[in-house]
Amino acid sequence: MNHFELFNLKVSFDIDLTQVSSTYQTLQRLTHPDKFASGSQQEKLLAIQKNALVNDAYNMLKSPLLRAEYILQLRGVDLQHEQQTIKDTSFLMQQMEWREQLSEVEEQAEPLDELELLDDEIRKEITSELVELKSLLDQQTEQANQQAADLIRKLKFLYKMCAEIELKEEALSDF
Amino acid sequence: MALLQIAEPGQSAVPHQRKLAVGIDLGTTNSLVATVRSGATTTLPDDIGQHILPSVVHYTSQGAVVGEEAKKQASQDPANTISSVKRFLGRSTTDIKAKYPNLPYQFTESDSPVMQVVSGEVNPVQVSAEILKVLKLRAESTLGDELKGAVVTVPAYFDDSQRQGTKDAATLAGLNVLRLLNEPTAAAIAYGLDSGQEGIIAVYDLGGGTFDISILRLSKGVFEVLSTGGDSALGGDDFDAVLVDYIRQQTQLTGDLSKNLHRTLLDLAKEAKETLSHESVANLSFEDDNKQSHKVLITINHFEKLIAPLVKNTLRACRRALKDAELSKQDILEVVMVGGSTRVPYVCQQVGEFFETSPLTSIDPDKVVAIGAAIQADILAGNKPDSDMLLLDVLPLSLGIETMGGLSEKVIPRNTTIPIAKAQEFTTFKDGQTAMMVHVVQGERELVQDCRSLAKFTLRGIPPMAAGAAHIRVTFQVDADGLLNVSAMEKSTGVQAQIQVKPSYGLEDHQIADMLKASMQNAEQDMQARMLKEQQVEAARVHETLQAALNADAAALLSADEKQAIETGLTELQELAKGSDKEAIKAGIEKVDKLSQVFAERRMDQSIRKAFSGQSVEQI
Repeated sequence: MNHFELFNLKVSFDIDLTQVSSTYQTLQRLTHPDKFASGSQQEKLLAIQKNALVNDAYNMLKSPLLRAEYILQLRGVDLQHEQQTIKDTSFLMQQMEWREQLSEVEEQAEPLDELELLDDEIRKEITSELVELKSLLDQQTEQANQQAADLIRKLKFLYKMCAEIELKEEALSDF
Repeated sequence: MALLQIAEPGQSAVPHQRKLAVGIDLGTTNSLVATVRSGATTTLPDDIGQHILPSVVHYTSQGAVVGEEAKKQASQDPANTISSVKRFLGRSTTDIKAKYPNLPYQFTESDSPVMQVVSGEVNPVQVSAEILKVLKLRAESTLGDELKGAVVTVPAYFDDSQRQGTKDAATLAGLNVLRLLNEPTAAAIAYGLDSGQEGIIAVYDLGGGTFDISILRLSKGVFEVLSTGGDSALGGDDFDAVLVDYIRQQTQLTGDLSKNLHRTLLDLAKEAKETLSHESVANLSFEDDNKQSHKVLITINHFEKLIAPLVKNTLRACRRALKDAELSKQDILEVVMVGGSTRVPYVCQQVGEFFETSPLTSIDPDKVVAIGAAIQADILAGNKPDSDMLLLDVLPLSLGIETMGGLSEKVIPRNTTIPIAKAQEFTTFKDGQTAMMVHVVQGERELVQDCRSLAKFTLRGIPPMAAGAAHIRVTFQVDADGLLNVSAMEKSTGVQAQIQVKPSYGLEDHQIADMLKASMQNAEQDMQARMLKEQQVEAARVHETLQAALNADAAALLSADEKQAIETGLTELQELAKGSDKEAIKAGIEKVDKLSQVFAERRMDQSIRKAFSGQSVEQI
């Protein structure tokens, strides 16, 4: 049973997150170890394993990036343990530019505003790439899958940038 | 808001059927025990009517004294009077000495903290167990029967070793731990059930030695922790410490103080803190080691200035927790205040200002955690089969593995809902390598040295292969208590590698067994009897649950042969359980478990399918 099946869904990038979250509650009520507190060791152990699977699947379904990665994995394209590098030079140039901006942000007059601008720009990029990702995954061809994999690699960079912006923001703002 | 007066006449079990279960708040400064009795949840008093048990243990040559009596000895006999021991659980001796340089205790030369007292050597787990024993005894004598189990609370921010230490202490005290419950979640249960609220709440818990902030979503009986943060070494004790520094500064008491004088100053600081909770000035006077008397005046303004940086730290954690939950201050419906240190008006005021709402304080902040734990214990013990309450907790700190260059690679990020399991693959770097060292750490920092070391273990039995050919899959599993389990397998051969998990600063299983043995009078015999009883109880449980399952689902889910095999195993187990061979019973249970594994899995899958059949099914 794959993670989509566990949540009674067909494998698709487009899912109804409200439904996912209500299914999650149903599955929690059925598999949480606390529901087996007076059961045998075997039942408790099984509940922990099943419930861990439910939580793992839920984390995957909630995140567009993990969801796309999982769909590709089901199609035989595994990005988990790869060492593939990005060859798109214009993307790499853009990355370097953003990184430079991030590292120089403290020198700006309003560093927090600058961070926000940078964050907005990257999030806009993420949104547009996710739209493209969806259309690539819908095609279900070997070529489209490979292109989707490339896009996921790029998205990972973008999400990492967002996380770094967040860290910087935390460091700069004394709340 | 009144305290939990939820009577369910139709559902409450007849008294003799009711399984006794308690909630225990094992606090840094104070501990409490609570239970649900005839629909009401109350904390249990001792025989002179005191509900609060100070978490202080005084060791004499005759044994240990716990609570108020022990506390009185603190200034007379500081080296033998251990207080705030919760701060030492799961920590290294070096950590403790660095963090609290003025402790009056005699630590022995070892990595894990061991203190020399008049009756011998004691470790933090044993000291905590002394406190738990008193509460267990109090509950059993009040309720008139043996306890079936207990829910013991821990700060949400406690890491794996601190949780393990707490659980070990409970085991040592002879308690059956139904669950380790996070303190803020317990507080939310106490408030949440009472008001039947739905929405996002924040629980701000500032105890004697720990600070926690949790953001929870309440919805139809489900308490879902969205994020949690805090500092497991920040609390009211730190308020006392800055006051002591201030007093010394004002009286020019520099250099080393005698242990007694230090204790006196600490007591004075606590007093001043309490006075300043309802008055604007505190006047202190005392005599130093040279019999010279001193007077110090502390104003509320000054006190607030002293503790401001500490309170600010707590608010910083609140901000991060909100961010982790992807929420803003405006989303918070209520803020629940927990812990004695929230009695300091400045704390309440700052928290109120931060969340832009006035915090809830209607349940006694000292009792609210124990009360919530008791409600959960009642449900877990099976006294409320129709309860739809469910707690979804999270991992408070990221779990990682040490990689090349002393870096921590995160395997499970913080705020992941537990239970959770994650696998990570490793390979060998030398030809013919048959063993591998794995270092598990917990914390957010990049460098291993800045994280907490949880365990180092060696994977053995890897089949010898060329470098990089072996694929070892290490699975990290965190259970509902937040405790970590590790298992490993070599993938190409399916060889299960044995793991020796050595807790970095805790106790190993055999040490606990030894201490348990030592604590019983007729050690060996009692121990054997206890272990036999445990196996018999488990055998009975296996029989009961499996028989019920067979009656319900065998026809639909098992072939005649499969059913026959399980039934034969059960009959054998029943025979074994009548005897006194605990190893044979254990083997019998394992055999039945193996025979019924597939059945148990099919049943769980069936229950999921049934739940879905009501929904509009999107078939694959």
